[in-house]
Amino acid sequence: MESEQLYHRGYCRNSYNSIASASSDEELLDGAGVIMDFHTTEDDNLLDGDAASPGSNYAMSNGGGAASSSTHLLDFLEEPIPGVGTYDDFHTIDWVREKCKDRERHRKINSKKKESAWEFTKSLYDAWSGWLVVTLTGLASGALAGLIDIAADWMNDIKEGVCLSAMWYNHEQCCWTSNETTFAERDKCPQWKSWAELILGQAEGPGSYIMNYFMYIYWALSFAFLAVCLVKVFAPYACGSGIPEIKTILSGFIIRGYLGKWTLMIKTITLVLAVASGLSLGKEGPLVHVACCCGNIFSYLFPKYSKNEAKKREVLSAASAAGVSVAFGAPIGGVLFSLEEVSYYFPLKTLWRSFFAALVAAFVLRSINPFGNSRLVLFYVEYHTPWYLFELIPFILLGVFGGLWGAFFIRANIAWCRRRKSTRFGKYPVLEVILVAAITAVVAFPNPYTRQNTSELIKELFTDCGPLESSQLCQYRSHMNGSKAFTDNPNRPAGPGVYAAMWQLCLALIFKIIMTIFTFGLKVPSGLFIPSMAIGAIAGRIVGIAVEQLAYYHHDWFLFKEWCEVGADCITPGLYAMVGAAACLGGVTRMTVSLVVIVFELTGGLEYIVPLMAAVMTSKWVGDAFGREGIYEAHIRLNGYPFLDAKEEFTHTTLAREVMRPRRSDPPLAVLTQDDLTVEELQAVINETSYNGFPVIVSKESQRLVGFALRRDITIAIENARRKQEGIMLNSRVYFTQHAPTLPADSPRPLKLRSILDMSPFTVTDHTPMEIVVDIFRKLGLRQCLVTHNGIVLGIITKKNILEHLEELKQHTEPLATSWYYHKKRYPPSHGSNGKPRSRVHYVQLIRSFQDGQGEGADGSEEEEVCLLDGSDL
Amino acid sequence: KMKSVFVLEIFSLACFVLLSQVSAKNAEDVRCKCICPPYRDVKGQIYKNNVTLKDCNCLHVVDPMPVDGKDVEAYCLRCECKYEERSSGTIKFTIIMYLSILGLLLLYMVYLTLLEPILKRRLFGHSQLIQSDDDVGDQQPFANAHNVLSRSHSRPNVLNKVEHAQQRWRRQVQEQRKSVFDRHVVLS
Repeated sequence: MESEQLYHRGYCRNSYNSIASASSDEELLDGAGVIMDFHTTEDDNLLDGDAASPGSNYAMSNGGGAASSSTHLLDFLEEPIPGVGTYDDFHTIDWVREKCKDRERHRKINSKKKESAWEFTKSLYDAWSGWLVVTLTGLASGALAGLIDIAADWMNDIKEGVCLSAMWYNHEQCCWTSNETTFAERDKCPQWKSWAELILGQAEGPGSYIMNYFMYIYWALSFAFLAVCLVKVFAPYACGSGIPEIKTILSGFIIRGYLGKWTLMIKTITLVLAVASGLSLGKEGPLVHVACCCGNIFSYLFPKYSKNEAKKREVLSAASAAGVSVAFGAPIGGVLFSLEEVSYYFPLKTLWRSFFAALVAAFVLRSINPFGNSRLVLFYVEYHTPWYLFELIPFILLGVFGGLWGAFFIRANIAWCRRRKSTRFGKYPVLEVILVAAITAVVAFPNPYTRQNTSELIKELFTDCGPLESSQLCQYRSHMNGSKAFTDNPNRPAGPGVYAAMWQLCLALIFKIIMTIFTFGLKVPSGLFIPSMAIGAIAGRIVGIAVEQLAYYHHDWFLFKEWCEVGADCITPGLYAMVGAAACLGGVTRMTVSLVVIVFELTGGLEYIVPLMAAVMTSKWVGDAFGREGIYEAHIRLNGYPFLDAKEEFTHTTLAREVMRPRRSDPPLAVLTQDDLTVEELQAVINETSYNGFPVIVSKESQRLVGFALRRDITIAIENARRKQEGIMLNSRVYFTQHAPTLPADSPRPLKLRSILDMSPFTVTDHTPMEIVVDIFRKLGLRQCLVTHNGIVLGIITKKNILEHLEELKQHTEPLATSWYYHKKRYPPSHGSNGKPRSRVHYVQLIRSFQDGQGEGADGSEEEEVCLLDGSDL
Repeated sequence: KMKSVFVLEIFSLACFVLLSQVSAKNAEDVRCKCICPPYRDVKGQIYKNNVTLKDCNCLHVVDPMPVDGKDVEAYCLRCECKYEERSSGTIKFTIIMYLSILGLLLLYMVYLTLLEPILKRRLFGHSQLIQSDDDVGDQQPFANAHNVLSRSHSRPNVLNKVEHAQQRWRRQVQEQRKSVFDRHVVLS
């Protein structure tokens, strides 16, 4: 240390600042007995520079260039470098930096506001652009949802037959005015021809059945094939449900093209095909993705949102609310869904905008009226029958079923997806889709409950048996003849139709459970809500009918005696189906509040909130007993997205220095010095390391932290300087300070990079407990954090390091958990075997390479390649 | 170019909404549907009629009343009448638009996957040279910066611009395909 500092004496040229300013305590403390170094004064210039920008704690100078002029008075001559302050694909954004940028921009607009009328208009436009963008998003997502609903209904009916009078009508619309429909067969009308009728000319008989069967499979296969081909050729990102990815994006990850125009178009088009192909999937999850695409695309119209990743995420939060709003016709449920499930950063302003977006979207969808029932969803039901206290027992049982199903589904689906991800089997996505579609179609057709559209199935199960119903589920034996039987619709003994329906429903339940596991994760747009709800609705209806019959045959039991008199109506099987649907959905997604709100918005009955809450809560408890994460978190983990879950608690006692990089066995931290590097050396450092950012220190002797520079910004700035500035050579000096260092007369022009330097990097000391660090990362949305000791930079903690650390701890505590290895593709692992702190001198090792000009790859900075968090354990 | 795309999008959206509003009032598009359950010896029946919302009740819709005068009230009490609206124009427009977009996409897909490789081979014979041209970069850190900076430069030629945009789109899709289908890093 001494020798270094002594050496530094001669090394330092630029000592225009006062000697007195070198009063840094850390030097006094650390280098006890060391000759005081009077020359390390450049860092104090930093303080001066910061003082010149009052009110900006974070002195973000790299905010796209535009902001730098007001912060750093001396930099106003520099034109902003295009591209600085943007992010690479598969990188994490820095929320703090983005928010600062926005505040800076806002301040600028406000200060200019009074200058002229034009500026005032501009500021108004800026203030309103948030509402404008959510309005546009709501309009677009409502319209697209209407399009998807109408087209999916039509395509789904194409599998059965065609409307001869008007090709574009589905079955229901085809028989809209027909008077030939009868009470028993409500959907028969001469205009609608089944394929057997058209091809064979006969509507009945085994021949026509086989013909219809064949056409059903044919259409299902061709729809599935088209869907997967379109996805593969035009927009691979359009596959899947999209909610795990949107969650990750909202938490501050960049996946370029995931919310783009092509993804939007292909997802909209193929979603219709996928739903129509009869696969066990729904359109609700993908609708959220579609709405988010709209939000992203419209945010490009407004510079406030297009240039700021954090602001853009506010729009996306609102968009996801609009998506659920149109998917379920539940605007408030949508807002709560955005808050509870997808959003990461959700200020009140976003809440109101989400509310508004959901409102606009629901309004647009309602005015399109896709189902012709003046409702937003197909399975809207209305009950008015009361429920009784003893019914809570079957409701809770349904909740237990939902939780068990959720836990089982998550395990099975993740195991299957892992298989797809890691083995050769994943190489044939088209074949897989076709195979699953073929099996689904072959098995589904014979059973009327699986043949029909899943939404229609849910509607039928939700609907209670009134006198108006003629379906098989409602064929009760009426022991009273004539009009009396229908006056008050009492519970009646089940007829043969109900028993047959029971069998078919049981088979449908098993079929749906198996197929959904294999369907979710196919390379077509596939949502999970509808199949989960269908499974729950089937189970609920079965339980409901069972309880009903129990109450009928044993009406003298103490439970039923009080409420169910003979001939009185006390059990509503449709309500059981609804509770079951909510429970199963809750078990899979682990949502609570938003789910209950969505379901009661579906039914419009406030009196059923308690049963729903009981079932959903039970299913969450039961599900959490088998594994704490919902299906979306499980998929996030499977794919290894850098998602720091705010719900999980950190309870370990590790310290920051045990988590930070570099570890003991690693090469020292790659740092830059603030004024004695040349362009060539800087390029060498960048070329030979793969870190996304480099701490900038005063000098290699002092090691005190000056700031943090991102790799992307450095490369862009160097490239820009080469193009625009004259006289920048390979041996030009690079400096991050306010003033250029004094150089020999013959040296080329130096390159000033101060504008890309983040002079307020977040730092913690090496003794900070990790729980605090994790909290800081979660709450502020940091990307990286430097670890210092007495102002001297020791290492760095990135979001990825924290995720790795969490995973390590998890594997320590629960060794049975699924293995999730740290998996590096391109770079050697930076694992240190023990986390013991080294003595300080080791940390402060010099990087010789800066002098030699042959930058050795030093470890320790961050890298956020997506493959690094790869969960594959192949 | 971006702006014009958006303007177009908004325009088509507005058209869509407007159309759905305008076409809502079609004579065939309203119906009053009455479902009457079985009553004594009368079978259950469904009646549909084209009446206004005000007249949508059993007495106006059930035209040949199946029961005698004194039973009409009892019969009608059981019937449920619903007034329903649809907009056939919207449905027609949506389906036709959807099918035409799907058709265009399919044609383009066929062109991209089948025709283009053949054409290219016939025209240049050195398609692999063009292919390898696209793959340059990405690995070097400075190539990326190069891309970012060159994006901000304006290009004089419109055709050139379209060509460039298409190239870029292709590369993006290629990249997406690689990460989804080959490397399985996202969306699996």
